[in-house]
Amino acid sequence: MSEQTPVLECNNLSVSYFTRAGEIPAVVDFNLRVMSGEAVGIVGESGCGKSTVALAIMQYMGNNGDIVGGEIKFNGQDMAAMSEEELRQLRGSKISMVYQEPMASLNPSMLIGEQLAEVFICHEGTSMDEGKARAVEMLAAVRLPEPARIMASYPHQISGGQQQRVVIAMALLSKPELLLLDEPTTALDVTVQSGIIDLIKDIAKEFGTSMIYISHNLGLILETCDRMTVMYSGEAVEEGTVDEVFDHMRHPYTHGLFASIPLPGADKNERPLVPIRGQLPLPHQRPVGCSFGPRCDFFKEGQCDQGPISMRGIDGEELHHARCERLNEIDWSTHKSEGVSSEDIEAGEVVLEVDHMKKYYEIRDNSLAALLSGDRIKWVKANEDISFNAREAETVAIVGESGCGKSTFAKVLMGLEQATGGEIRLHGQDLGKVPVQQRQPQTVSLLQMIFQNPFDTLNPSHTVGSQISRVIKRFGVESDPVKIQNRVFELLDLVKLPRDFAYRRPRQLSGGQKQRIGIARAFAGNPSVVIADEPVSALDVSVQAAVAALLMEIQREFRTTLIFISHDLSVVRYLSDRVVVMYLGHLVEQGTTDQVFAPPYHPYTEALLSAVPIADTSVEKREIVLSGEMPSATNPLSGCPFQTRCHRKIGSVCEDEMPPERMLADGHRMRCHLDQSELDAMEPVFVMGNDKTAA
Amino acid sequence: MNTNDHSMSQPARGFARFVQSIALLKESPIAIFGLALVMLWVILALIAPLLPLFDPNTPLEPFKKPFSDAKDGATYWLGTDHKGRDMLSRVIFGAQLVLIWATFATAVAYFFGVIMGVVAGYMGGWWDDAISFVSNVLLSFPVMVLYIIIITYLGSTGFNIVLAVTFASAPGIMRIVRGLVLDLKTRDYIFAAQTRGESPLYIMLVELLPNARGPLIVDACLRLGYTTITIAMLGYLGLGLPPPDPDWGKMIAETQPLGSFAGHMAVVPALAISSLVLGFNLLADGLREISLRD
Repeated sequence: MSEQTPVLECNNLSVSYFTRAGEIPAVVDFNLRVMSGEAVGIVGESGCGKSTVALAIMQYMGNNGDIVGGEIKFNGQDMAAMSEEELRQLRGSKISMVYQEPMASLNPSMLIGEQLAEVFICHEGTSMDEGKARAVEMLAAVRLPEPARIMASYPHQISGGQQQRVVIAMALLSKPELLLLDEPTTALDVTVQSGIIDLIKDIAKEFGTSMIYISHNLGLILETCDRMTVMYSGEAVEEGTVDEVFDHMRHPYTHGLFASIPLPGADKNERPLVPIRGQLPLPHQRPVGCSFGPRCDFFKEGQCDQGPISMRGIDGEELHHARCERLNEIDWSTHKSEGVSSEDIEAGEVVLEVDHMKKYYEIRDNSLAALLSGDRIKWVKANEDISFNAREAETVAIVGESGCGKSTFAKVLMGLEQATGGEIRLHGQDLGKVPVQQRQPQTVSLLQMIFQNPFDTLNPSHTVGSQISRVIKRFGVESDPVKIQNRVFELLDLVKLPRDFAYRRPRQLSGGQKQRIGIARAFAGNPSVVIADEPVSALDVSVQAAVAALLMEIQREFRTTLIFISHDLSVVRYLSDRVVVMYLGHLVEQGTTDQVFAPPYHPYTEALLSAVPIADTSVEKREIVLSGEMPSATNPLSGCPFQTRCHRKIGSVCEDEMPPERMLADGHRMRCHLDQSELDAMEPVFVMGNDKTAA
Repeated sequence: MNTNDHSMSQPARGFARFVQSIALLKESPIAIFGLALVMLWVILALIAPLLPLFDPNTPLEPFKKPFSDAKDGATYWLGTDHKGRDMLSRVIFGAQLVLIWATFATAVAYFFGVIMGVVAGYMGGWWDDAISFVSNVLLSFPVMVLYIIIITYLGSTGFNIVLAVTFASAPGIMRIVRGLVLDLKTRDYIFAAQTRGESPLYIMLVELLPNARGPLIVDACLRLGYTTITIAMLGYLGLGLPPPDPDWGKMIAETQPLGSFAGHMAVVPALAISSLVLGFNLLADGLREISLRD
């Protein structure tokens, strides 16, 4: 292997951006070797420089970025010495890149076939017809159904998963030697993601392409890569084969990262997550010495803060390196960084009852055909017959992919939309058809919401303090200015932020801090039910754990009912007491977390569980990759909503009859036609390697 | 945060922020040049009464060339016009008038345009249809005809200039604001306010409007320039401020026929108009450039 020339080699690469604040070093002293046919993962949180590495490899850093040190060699050739024309020839033919947003990578005004054929026309000078013929083959190779139809479609006519397959096909058309994938599945749903990951795994085998896979998700790296590099604050902190890094990680940051992600067997009370304390330093405020120093439990003054630290080899593992001054002093076998476990909470009385709630949206069809047939009004059935209860101090998770109707449900509950049928009772009072404007302030204050996007949740024009105090004033918790001020300070204490944050504006806060303010704002009116819509999914892994833990702690203290909306089953498993699974507006399964996460499963739940990437080499997972995409809610199917994608479909009964809701155990209900014997025979989706307990 | 606290801590922060934003201007030479032109006229207009100037409306010696000596030993720096009035004094006092009326007219146009835009964008539905329809009708009028109708009906006073500018500009402002609001209203903080049961008025004024200010400041600079031209144009057509006030447009109109014989009388006010409009436009360009940079 050492005889071979690497496809790509980065030697001591440093990249900086030049901005108002001066030079911002984005990547410092970065080394990477990618051999032919190898997949290398780069993992790290936002701002760690992983995308900058990819852009540097493409030699495409915008007008304010520059390589300030080191070199990048492609097939042994120094890329800095290449002319702009040579680089242009290289990009898209020898090196291809797949970006995060498939819609943004495709030209919306061109047919997909033409866009794909352009690659051949541009790099090989072929004709449009020949280009299209070869493009069809490639679409089939990325397992797109009906390639001919896709060729004749515009990007908006196909789904997000299909778009990303087209982008991958486009990247592979010219048989590149190196494929860069920058978070290729982050914008996709989990069940769609698992299909794409499957495809990516086969690319190296089928085409012999080397890959650099950039992701923040450790589980995906484990599934797709041979070797990996962990980055923190612009530096590689640990590198090695995937097995070496996952099984014998040596850098404290890597340890912290793994301790802060929920694993499938984890439970909030038994194995609480351990967040990494503090936050990522800004690039121009990095400490001297180890960048991770201020957040590290093993930081030693006088040793870790004495200047640049180099990558060190690890005995016995040729490829494994870590950037830690105390690498050989830390004994990880004796170190236990277990979080504080806590008692189960006793759930109280039923607070929220959802009773056969329906929400249909009306759309008017103004086409001539519709006018003639008199069938002008169509219904989008966003929520169909939703029933469940939530008790005091309980966390109920609503799980489902985008388009399943979970956000519609939240809107109806909050009073932004009105239910079409059924009831939603809060403390016995029906709210389903009462818009928020007509609810009593008292009632409004009982229901509050935490939002997903930290960059959107706070108004950028007002100080943090004024946004929290508005809630306090609005709900009449306090009226005296001094008391309101004190209450704001107390809430900041509650979410563990310094009191002077009250005077700051949102743009001065990090994502995690904003999300904490969002939590403080939600709890400012003493609510009895809080709806959290994906509260941590937009945050970095190490911050996610801290915010999730905080939310749990506050909920525990106030005995608030938490409705937790999420697509991330690891987080759901970790946080919630009961789970409600939704698909296409229907509630397909509900039960306690243990019931839902253990067999018998609803086939959809089973597929969802299997789609979750797991960052643990010891877990064995049963693979279920769903075919197709979620059907549209405009033309509801008769029978089971999941029939088009179900891997356990029985036959015509699934197409004709809506499965009845059946009670499997106390509180465990699902809608499925499967025989009891078949349900009983289901195997668990994960098997933990070490103790073989079912998850 | 309570209101007392606001008044205690905000001004200092507000002022510090203002200084910071001014400091950002130095990134764009264009913005600085534009600001310098605008400030030149603003300062001249402000200190006009303190300057050793002739009265702008008193006839002295007609048709004097620039830099010629006056009777009492003073100098007509920019000459005099056909009625013997000092051009420098007329241009500077004219700046006073044009700046006051342009600012006031633009502010009034903004007041109506912003209200219409926020309501149309946020309330949507019937409100949007009605407001957009009214704007489209107004926009479909030839602006010149609109001005002439308004002013010939109501006579030429400053108030009518404001009215004319408002009719012509408010629909355009409404469209910009509506577009901004349509984008802003999908943000989570708007949902947060809605789920608190806040009134639409509160959401529009407190939650939405402050976040639309960036693009509006740039637009306001541009629009001040347009309004300056409009006022000059109305003056030129004899529809501007009533005589004998020194209106730049009217100064050109009155002296233009005598251009071959004493060209400075029309060129001086024309240069005044161009420089002020150029200042506003360059400032707007520079501000946009700065706001796009990171």
